[in-house]
Amino acid sequence: MAPVIEALDLHRTYKTTTGTFRRRSLEVEAVRGVSFEIGEGELFGLLGPNGAGKTTTIKMLITLLIPTAGSARVLGRDVVDHAMWVRQRIGYVFGGDRGLYERLSAWDNLRYFAELYGVEPRRQKARLEELLDLVGLRGRERERVEGYSRGMRQRLHIARGLLHDPPVLFLDEPTLGVDPVGARELRAMISSLKDAGKTVLLTTHYMFEADTLCDRIAVVARGRIVAEGTPRELKASVASGSVVEVEVYGIEDDAVERLRSIEGVTAVTVEPRDHAQVVIVQAAPGHEPAQEVLARLDGVSVGRVSSREPTLEDAYVALVTDAPATQ
Amino acid sequence: MRRALRAVVLGGALHFKQESRNPFFLWIVICTPLVYATMAYFLFRGGQDDATLVTASLGSALMGIWSLTTTAAASTLGRQRRVGILELLVAAPTPFWLTIVPITLALAALGVYSLATGLIYVTVLFGVPVTIANPFAFCVSVLPMILSMGMLGFLFCAAFVRFRSSWMVGNLFEFPVWTLSGMLIPIAVLPVWVEPISWFVAPTWGMSALREAALGNASPWDDIGMCIALSVVYAAAGGALLRVFLRSALRRGTLALS
Repeated sequence: MAPVIEALDLHRTYKTTTGTFRRRSLEVEAVRGVSFEIGEGELFGLLGPNGAGKTTTIKMLITLLIPTAGSARVLGRDVVDHAMWVRQRIGYVFGGDRGLYERLSAWDNLRYFAELYGVEPRRQKARLEELLDLVGLRGRERERVEGYSRGMRQRLHIARGLLHDPPVLFLDEPTLGVDPVGARELRAMISSLKDAGKTVLLTTHYMFEADTLCDRIAVVARGRIVAEGTPRELKASVASGSVVEVEVYGIEDDAVERLRSIEGVTAVTVEPRDHAQVVIVQAAPGHEPAQEVLARLDGVSVGRVSSREPTLEDAYVALVTDAPATQ
Repeated sequence: MRRALRAVVLGGALHFKQESRNPFFLWIVICTPLVYATMAYFLFRGGQDDATLVTASLGSALMGIWSLTTTAAASTLGRQRRVGILELLVAAPTPFWLTIVPITLALAALGVYSLATGLIYVTVLFGVPVTIANPFAFCVSVLPMILSMGMLGFLFCAAFVRFRSSWMVGNLFEFPVWTLSGMLIPIAVLPVWVEPISWFVAPTWGMSALREAALGNASPWDDIGMCIALSVVYAAAGGALLRVFLRSALRRGTLALS
C-alpha cells in the first residue's frame, strides 16, 4: 500500500542576517535530510527537543514552506506542485494559544474557517455543532476566544483542523502548555482520531506522549532523524545499557565534562530536583561507570547514588545527545 | 464565483467585527479625522468660500479612512503573522487573495466612521455648512470610495505578506495617497506633472465623485465609473503581486515569526 505521507531527503535552510552596520549573512540548516514514510491510519510521532527541526519539517509537509532540497508527498501528490490539492485533504493543528481571532467567538472562528475549507454552507451549522460536541466546547461557543483557557483554545484548534473531515492530520505540539488534566483529555482525543481511521503526524517533545500515542516514532535532533521505530524498539535499543543517578549539590560545567569523557558513557544530563541536582549518566552495554563517576566528582558535594534500568526517556536523551552537530 | 463572493463577504464581516472591537483602531477612526479636520479648517478658512471648506472637510475625513486602511492593514497582517493566523490562511484551500481582500475592505469600511466623525465635527465645532447637493449620489459614491481604498490597500498588502517587518512601513503609504488623490490639498495647486499620476490613483476619482455629489457642480457618475474601473485593475495587479510575493515568502520562510 502506498504511504500517505512521504518525506524524501528533505532539507531546509534559512537565510538570516546579523549586525547593524556590518551586516553578515548567515545560513541556518534547520532540516538536513529527513526521510520517512507514514502508512494509512498510522499515528506517527516526530520526537525531538526544541529547535530540532520538527516544526520546519511539518511546515514543509503542509505546504507552508518550500523545501530547499528533497521532496514530500501527501496522498501521492507532491506538496509543492499540488499545494492546493494537498491543502484540501489535510488538517493542521498547532500548539499554544496562538492562531485564533481573539475578539471573535469560537463559533465565528469555526464558521470562517469552514468557509475557507469549502464546507458546504447548508452543512456548516450541523458540522460546527458536531465538532463543538466532540471537543467539549458546546455551550461556550458564543463567548469571545480571548476569555478561553489554553486548554479550550487547543480544543478549538482541533475542531478547526477537523472542519473538512480531512483524512490526514498534522498536529504540531498540540499539548504545549496545557495543564495535565487538559493534556490527558487532548491525548484521548488524538487517540480517538486514530481510531476513526485518520493518518496522524504528531510532533512533540514529551516522551510520555509519544510513547502513549504513537505507533512509530522518529527521533529528530539537529535537523536529522537519529532513530526510528516503535516505542518498544527504541527502548530495546538502550535496554542493555545502564544508568547511574547521582544527587549532587552544586555542580560546575567542567565536572559534567569530566563525566562525559569516561569510557563507555553515552550521555550525561543534569536535572534540578528540589534543592539539589541529579546527574544522570548513561553507559553503553558492558560498562559499569558508577565508581569512575564518583571518582570524577571529587570535590563535589554528593548525596544519594542509585543505579537503574534505562527507560524510553533515557533512549531519547542518548539519541539526542549523540546526534552530531554537523555531518 | 459564488464561493469567492461568500469568502469575501463573510471574511469582510468577520474582520469588520474583529477590528471594530479593537480599541486602538477605534481610536484612529474617531480621533484622526478630528485632527485632520482641524488642520484643514485652519488651512483653508482664510478668505475661502464654503465650497472649499466643504472639500477640505471631505478630504480630511477621507484621509482618516486611508490612514486606517493602510496603517491598520499593515498592523493587522503583522499581528496575524505574529499569532500564526497568516499561516492558517495560507494553509487553507482557498486562493490566498480571497482571504486578504476582506481584511482591507473591512478596514476601509470601518473608515466610514471617520467620514461621519469628520463631517459632524467640522459642522458642529467650526460651523462649516456641509450641505449635500445630491444625497443619493453622495451615498452611492461612498461605496466605490471604500472599494478603491480597500483595493489600493490590497495592492500594498502583497508587500506586507512578503516582508516580516513591513508593518512598520504602513505609514509610509499614507502621505503619497493623500497628496496624489487631492485629499490634503487640491491637485490643481501641485506641479503639472503630478496630475497625470493622480489619474491612476483610484481615490482621486472617489474624492472627486464625493465632492461633486456634495457641491452639485457636475455629475459624479463618470468619476464613480473611473473609481470602480481602477479598483478592478488594483485587484488584478494586487492578486498577481500577491501570488509572486507569497511564493517568495514560502521559499524564504517569512510567513511566520518563529
